Amino acid sequence: MDVVVTGLLLGGTYALIAMGLNLQYGMARIMNLANGEMLVAGAFVAFWFWTGGQISPLLTVFLVAPVAFLLNWLIYVIFLRPLAKRAKSRGQLEVDAILTTFGLSFVAVGLMLAFFGGEYFSYSYLSTPVYIFGDTYGANRVTAFLAAVLICGALWLWLARSRAGMTIRAISVAPESARLVGIDVRRTAALAFALGGAVTATGGSLISTFLTLDASTGVIFTLKALVIVIMGGVGDVRGTIVAALLLGLLETFVARLIDPGLTLAAAYLLFVVILLFRPQGLFGRPTA
Amino acid sequence: MKRRTVTKLAALALAAGFAGVPAFAQEVLKVGAVAPKTGPLAGGAAVSYWPNVKLWVSDVNGRGGLKVGGKTYKLEVIEYDDQTNPGETIKAVQRLVDQDKVKIVLPPYSTGLNLAAAPIYARYGLPMITSTTTTDKADELSKQFPNVFITLGGAKPTVKSVVDVMTKLRDRGDIGKKLAMVNVADAFGIELMNEAKPAFKAAGFELVYETSYPLGTQDLSPVVKAVKAASPDAFIAWSYPPDTFALTEQAIVEDLKVGAFFTAVATAFPAYSGRFGKSTESVLGIGGVDADGKAFQDYAKRHEQVTGAKPDYWASAMVYSSFQILEKSIEAVGSFDNPAIIKHVKANSFDTVIGPIKFDDHNNNPAFWTVGQWQGGVFKGVASTGRDGAVAIQKKGAWK
Repeated sequence: MDVVVTGLLLGGTYALIAMGLNLQYGMARIMNLANGEMLVAGAFVAFWFWTGGQISPLLTVFLVAPVAFLLNWLIYVIFLRPLAKRAKSRGQLEVDAILTTFGLSFVAVGLMLAFFGGEYFSYSYLSTPVYIFGDTYGANRVTAFLAAVLICGALWLWLARSRAGMTIRAISVAPESARLVGIDVRRTAALAFALGGAVTATGGSLISTFLTLDASTGVIFTLKALVIVIMGGVGDVRGTIVAALLLGLLETFVARLIDPGLTLAAAYLLFVVILLFRPQGLFGRPTA
Repeated sequence: MKRRTVTKLAALALAAGFAGVPAFAQEVLKVGAVAPKTGPLAGGAAVSYWPNVKLWVSDVNGRGGLKVGGKTYKLEVIEYDDQTNPGETIKAVQRLVDQDKVKIVLPPYSTGLNLAAAPIYARYGLPMITSTTTTDKADELSKQFPNVFITLGGAKPTVKSVVDVMTKLRDRGDIGKKLAMVNVADAFGIELMNEAKPAFKAAGFELVYETSYPLGTQDLSPVVKAVKAASPDAFIAWSYPPDTFALTEQAIVEDLKVGAFFTAVATAFPAYSGRFGKSTESVLGIGGVDADGKAFQDYAKRHEQVTGAKPDYWASAMVYSSFQILEKSIEAVGSFDNPAIIKHVKANSFDTVIGPIKFDDHNNNPAFWTVGQWQGGVFKGVASTGRDGAVAIQKKGAWK
């Protein structure tokens, strides 16, 4: 039982890491390689407020989310919209976006080094035990999991039920046709990108309560997020959630029942198997 | 290309930041330093390495400058980020010598990067007094590269000390003979694990749980749960900074009851006590210093004044000491004649912030700290291979 709960908690963490990238890549069609840096920035702000003024990371997220939203909106408008405008095909946009955001990730690391310094930022928040079915779990992990459920649930409801969500899904499925029915594709894409950034930074604030990060750890999270998004299917919130939980459960099962040394191997084996049998991801639509 | 340009710009910007010290009529001497500012080891270098470069330059310049053969030079640092990539370390050393024309190049950071850069230091004939390298191969190394010196010891003596500490605790009746031992699956963790397993068996310990986990593992709760299920008397982890933090946090959450709790790299970091506070009491870790000694306390005070951060209780003082050895040798020789400087380093004993250092025939410093323990918010050395100032070992009580 404790294996299942531990796995689900880890899956929740992974969902927080990957959800923002799914919005940016799936909806706004920007393969954002600087995604991990946004996560680290969110984590740093939480660290800073906690060590500076004992302000709970759970409150900090209400500041982090709007600021990250604005920042990502600006990044999209300044750096990425020109690419989207001139791109003749989705493939070209992807290549351009990868190169641009790859560059941006170095700028982001440099800026964070200058502002935050290169040291590890780690602090203790809610590192108290919580009892679930008679086993102990870190309260901070449980909190992050609950937040992940809340954020992912809200996103899914919003995308599936609201009009704004529907327009975002529309530009994800068919950007050309979306314009014909009166959707402002450029504005909606910026909205999706900014929202993705806000979710990522919020995730960063939450996971900083139990992970040790430094200015240059972003790339690890970008990679993890990328694997999860592709496994789940690009542009599908459900896919990301399912893939994240699957990965968390698998890694924990392997760590507890086989050997912790094989977690990475098992994770990538799962990735390869899914790509072999469903190249479009678990919930992805086959591309024509 | 883009990547390199950005890094160089960053390095230039950082170097410019340092150049703000006003130099009067004195000559300026450029000093080169290359270590990670980004990449997996950046966090460690930011604690143990870079602040000491700043402190050393500030100390030397505060005294008036480096006195070499009747001239006094103000020091100015050129810093390069090697991105924790050995290829970049080597390129940066070449650049420092060939383009920047520096006379002094400080050693790089970490075992791997130092070993990778040893041949290029040897080719330029630069004295390389490493401060963050742990290796058992000092003999072979000094034969091949007579310019390389090792100060931070090796796996064998470190493991021997840890076994001695545990044996002492067991003989006192503080712990039983059941041991759980884990390691990070990286050169460092694997080497120490391979050394430690037979050594503990020979000392009469029983290994009830062992495992390794991949570098960068985010979630160590399965490991700690399994350790707890094996109910050991002592826990040992050959770990790296992020996992040292994660293992400790999980042990507190799971309330792992052991009489001895040992984690490796980063246990001696100020951030460790910053994060875990009172829970650190009696936690054992790799490294240590003579924390009550005047030399270390003076150094720690200057470190905090100049850099705004506390030094760690292991490598920091050793990094500074290695700069001191280089500085004293250059001043004693009175020129930048590298062969003469290397000869001087070999032949003499040096008084440093860590105490006296005298290299043996294999360019190895035989006296270094191996095990420390958090006691009352300070990480104090409890075992060494011949350093003064070790304090008594405590049994670990319940987590606070």
